[in-house]
Amino acid sequence: MLDDTSRALINRLQDDLPMDSRPFAAVGRELGLSEDEVIARIKEMKEAGAVTRFGPFFDAAAMGGAFCLCAMEVPPERFEEVMTEVNAFPEVAHNYERDHALSMWFVLATETPEGIADTAARIERETGLPVLCFPKLQEFFIGFRVTA
Amino acid sequence: MTTATEISDREIIAALQGGLPLVAKPYAEVAARLGMGEDDLIRRLQAMKDQGVIRRIAAAPNHYKLGMVANGMTVWDVDDASIAELGARVGALPYVTHCYERPRAPDAGWRYNLFAMVHGSTREEVEAKRAEIAALLGDACRSHSILYSKRILKKTGLRLRKRG
Repeated sequence: MLDDTSRALINRLQDDLPMDSRPFAAVGRELGLSEDEVIARIKEMKEAGAVTRFGPFFDAAAMGGAFCLCAMEVPPERFEEVMTEVNAFPEVAHNYERDHALSMWFVLATETPEGIADTAARIERETGLPVLCFPKLQEFFIGFRVTA
Repeated sequence: MTTATEISDREIIAALQGGLPLVAKPYAEVAARLGMGEDDLIRRLQAMKDQGVIRRIAAAPNHYKLGMVANGMTVWDVDDASIAELGARVGALPYVTHCYERPRAPDAGWRYNLFAMVHGSTREEVEAKRAEIAALLGDACRSHSILYSKRILKKTGLRLRKRG
């Protein structure tokens, strides 16, 4: 489990890092930690899996690309095999197993809007299963934070 | 001789998509790899932020490891005439982290058009929040469901395909 200092750090690090030559020193000043300690704790949290990634979040849409939530009804006996096939696509940014007949939910991130339909079609060919696409029509919340 | 102006946004993205190096001067290290100056790289990243290409430079947490072990994707069949107003109200709830209107897929038996992600430390907590959303939507919602996550199968940032 994370101690209070690491919890405070992860809460802070979900917000934007200052554009500073020494960003970890800047964050450390806000929290009363040394630069070395900030770096060591982020490394520790990455190794422990509490932080899956640390760095820039790119917006595919702003680069002319697109994101799309997709779902598949995967027969339970084929789940691991299909997961391996789907995860092998670099366009698959996240993939979750959920407790529903539509058991596999993933996000495609592609460099062009056409890339979504194209990638979904390639996943259908590879797995032999239909892919449902749920593009966002409206976003009602911007940002994503959890409190540790 | 490579100059900073010849380095494309694409090359900068490729250099950073695996994450920021965890060293005192991370931009200096990435700039050296790209063959550009640290100041140039910081300026370019700032411009990419201003354009919205970079949303933020931050940590992606693993909710499970933070004790947020219950993660429910709540889905709602909301009257189309009310979705803009009601979606905004659901999206404003403090425990909703993502909230979108998405198309229905009637051929696949999927009638839900509003998706709201709810996190909690227990399923009971998530169920209580789901009941609050149901009360908020009232008669404008015909049916709803909740899909709990069982496992993260993959979680990476955006990956560009190799060119050439």
